Amino acid sequence: MSKPIRVLIAKPGLDGHDRGAKLIARALRDAGMEVIYTGLRQTPEQIVAAAVQEDVDVIGMSILSGAHNHLFPKVVELLKEQGVDDVLIVGGGVIPDDDIPSLKAAGVDAIFTPGTTTTTTIDFIKNNVKRK
Amino acid sequence: MFEKEKLSQLKASRENWEEKVLNKSLSKGPESKSEFKTGSGDKIERLYTPEDVADIDYEAEIGYPGQYPFTRGYQPTMYRGKNWTMRMYAGFATAEESNERYKYLVNQGSTGLSVAFDLPTQIGYDSDHSLAQGEVGKVGVPIDTLKDMEILFDGIPLDKVSTSMTINAPAAVLLAMYIAVAEKQGVSADKLRGTIQNDILKEYIARGTYIFPTEPSMRLITNIFEYCSKDVPKWNTISISGYHIREAGSTAAQEVGFTLADGIAYVEAAINAGLDVDTFAPRLSFFFNAHNDLLEEVAKFRAARRLWAKIMKERFGAKNEKSMMLKFHTQTAGCTLTAQQPDNNIIRVAMQALAAVLGGTQSLHTNSRDEALALPTQDSVTIALRTQQIIASETGVTNTVDPLAGSYYIEAKTKEIEDKAMEYINKIDEVGGAPKAIDLGYIQKEITDSAYQYQMEIESLDRIVVGVNKYQVEEGAPQGLLKVDPIVGEMQKKKIDDVKAMRNNEAVKEKLEALRKACEGTDNVMPFILAAVKEYASLGEICGVMREVFGEYEQAVLL
Amino acid sequence: MEMINKMLSGDKRACARLITAVENDPDEAEKIIKEIHQYTGNAHVIGITGPPGAGKSTLTDKLVKSLLNDNKKVGIIAVDPTSPYTGGSILGDRIRMQDLALDPNVFIRSMGTRGYLGGLSKSTKNAVKILDAAGYDYIIIETVGVGQSEVDIVKTADTILMIMVPGLGDDIQSIKAGIMEIGDIFVINKSDLFGADRTATEISMMLDLNQNMDRRPSIVKVTAVKNEGIDKLIEEIKNHMDYLKESGVFFERRRKNLKIEVVELIESELRKIVISHTDSENKLDNQVMNIINKEKNIYDVRDEYLSAIKK
Repeated sequence: MSKPIRVLIAKPGLDGHDRGAKLIARALRDAGMEVIYTGLRQTPEQIVAAAVQEDVDVIGMSILSGAHNHLFPKVVELLKEQGVDDVLIVGGGVIPDDDIPSLKAAGVDAIFTPGTTTTTTIDFIKNNVKRK
Repeated sequence: MFEKEKLSQLKASRENWEEKVLNKSLSKGPESKSEFKTGSGDKIERLYTPEDVADIDYEAEIGYPGQYPFTRGYQPTMYRGKNWTMRMYAGFATAEESNERYKYLVNQGSTGLSVAFDLPTQIGYDSDHSLAQGEVGKVGVPIDTLKDMEILFDGIPLDKVSTSMTINAPAAVLLAMYIAVAEKQGVSADKLRGTIQNDILKEYIARGTYIFPTEPSMRLITNIFEYCSKDVPKWNTISISGYHIREAGSTAAQEVGFTLADGIAYVEAAINAGLDVDTFAPRLSFFFNAHNDLLEEVAKFRAARRLWAKIMKERFGAKNEKSMMLKFHTQTAGCTLTAQQPDNNIIRVAMQALAAVLGGTQSLHTNSRDEALALPTQDSVTIALRTQQIIASETGVTNTVDPLAGSYYIEAKTKEIEDKAMEYINKIDEVGGAPKAIDLGYIQKEITDSAYQYQMEIESLDRIVVGVNKYQVEEGAPQGLLKVDPIVGEMQKKKIDDVKAMRNNEAVKEKLEALRKACEGTDNVMPFILAAVKEYASLGEICGVMREVFGEYEQAVLL
Repeated sequence: MEMINKMLSGDKRACARLITAVENDPDEAEKIIKEIHQYTGNAHVIGITGPPGAGKSTLTDKLVKSLLNDNKKVGIIAVDPTSPYTGGSILGDRIRMQDLALDPNVFIRSMGTRGYLGGLSKSTKNAVKILDAAGYDYIIIETVGVGQSEVDIVKTADTILMIMVPGLGDDIQSIKAGIMEIGDIFVINKSDLFGADRTATEISMMLDLNQNMDRRPSIVKVTAVKNEGIDKLIEEIKNHMDYLKESGVFFERRRKNLKIEVVELIESELRKIVISHTDSENKLDNQVMNIINKEKNIYDVRDEYLSAIKK
């Protein structure tokens, strides 16, 4: 039995636009991954609890509301508190280029902005999963 | 539209053309693709002729503007009488800053205001709620109490402007605040003009800012219908929205079908609540998306108008023609904007706006070029507004009513979209109506399927997006984007504290208790909400009471 | 193993990693299950199954909240099908259980079936054992029931809830009798909808037709979204457990299930041995062609394989 990559797809914050999150969930499934989809309005605490219990390899978060500078780093911080350091963290949404360096410095591994193809995201995940 | 004899003659001449002219051309070089598709992915023919519209009865199906079935427009003179309302959606950071932007827009010739609220406001949380952290003032203006609303409309005469508010789950609360502000300005409620979006079903389907479960949400909506029909007669009580359904990835026909199915559910709810259809239906309005495929979009608007007129007349037995007229606001498609080469978005928006005007919109918001990157700057908003003004003043498309009518393609496409939309409505009826279909996840799944298809076409280059998968260039980071200062959240928290310290807290408690009783019973809740906001009860407090009584909606997801 | 000690002391992350290990690696699974064996056997395992759209996750959510009020610890395993074409899956049951995610006494795990037929994943049983050892009082296995695929749940759960909704009423007649037989409690969810009474009557009539049951299953009407009927359901679940214990069926079922599990393990091991003794799948394909060509029959081929091991 092969070991599928397990990915948590979450929408942190109050933003309800889930087109991107649903698209990526499907694309990752079609690429053979196990996608745990958590739906809207997730707090960073809920995301981290789900990531721990589901023992995922990747956390993917999507925000279009502009709250990314608050929410993404919060998730990373809570993961660290739990001693989780081997999960790949990616974010997507309407995220200005200016914000990307600080998000990466905070521990987000990649940010995908509008126009990114699903193949780009899939390849990034496959090549960068931290646990083997 | 043509005599039988003439048609057989046409058939012969078409076949002759195909054989002698077309085939010759094709033999020299084939077409660039084996199949051509519309923006929604429907097959499109090489050529449309009178044969394609042969079954369409001009008087019954197309007719005249301002007359049933309103295919050619809801009003007889359309833009020759009055241009559409140029309504720019705006609101950000704080009530003070948004107020400045509104005053600027009014000075620049904008004829209607459109208020964007931040997400905590849209979901009924005060700015100091834990879930609001990081979201305050981000996508719109935060409104916690009447105080914020007073600042928002300071110096704007509410008897002169019409105001559209993009607010759904807590629409009753924001409408009550608007009425209360007007009262303070000395403007009585019967003079107020504007729209609340108030369309909860599409929140469940596509936009996500729901609060309460379906049943109490539908009750709030019918309470508003009833209250406004008596006290705020010029107010559009709902804007039944296909916009977000399309943004979520639907096709044009799905946009029409799902939106009108939602509309049917609201009409049924109001009738079941004992309202006469002609008392509330004239105040129903719609909100559509203007997407990229110009001709398909024009046909879509015409199809929606015709289908709604038929539904209101035939299904609901409306007598008043105003109940049958589909009036709509349009926004250009945000999902078509690209982060790459953002100036290209100006061109996209112009084409989309043109489609809306050719389709006979009553008001229009044009997106700004930088919206795939951040909230728009003032410069970008100005270009977007100028785009509308150029269409209105320079292009000449407003000089005659419904100028594309009679085009073989447009009429055939109008019919095709109408038929497809009706098929969706029939399917939804079969499972028991839109709320049920949403509960089953049917509508959401259809939309996600279409969105996935669209995305795969872009990735396989079957669909070209200029600057994204073709004609790319190396670009630096875009400059001068609008940023919302994170301090806004702190400022707003302080404002709430100040209001809570100044208001009569006993009176607030009393009014909230009265509201709770009303929610538990069957009275119209509007007067109780109005009484509470006048005492400066906060949005979060009011929605909190309703959350306790009504519970919260749980999302249905089928992937 | 360090990880096992952590799990036994209530560490959720260790628990999660052990489940991953039993899912991904049969050798690891063997080591882990051997070591935790002595700590298992205490949990009440509840299977929840029913057609898509019946509201299983919402019901689970309410049920768990009610059990938590009783100071119980609850583990949830939500199983969704894996695509046979891509090997991927979307596991979306958590959406309905968002408030539970943060409760210290709840553990939720989503699993794909990963190509295993029968409604559960091959590792579900082992995941149940881990949660059992970790001290969860109740373990709920939630799985989509379509056709015959939920029969596996019988081999894993003590109490099985079959979830029905009004409106499927017309189809109850066509639901296979075998499926009707596996339910210990029939739950009619969305009972506020028109037709709930009719659905209850129809289920009752179906049960009347089936005479050879040890215990007539109960029928409970609930409206999970409104939290109505949940207390009654919990009572029925407890009654069922009491019945199982008093009648000795509890022991009998677990005995039977363990027997099946051991036999399955032996079979799967034997299959591996046979395949390894007879070089490759390729050869098996050739043998099948021989059968098709009437050069051999199925029993000849079987004997050839078996004689290969005996040497």
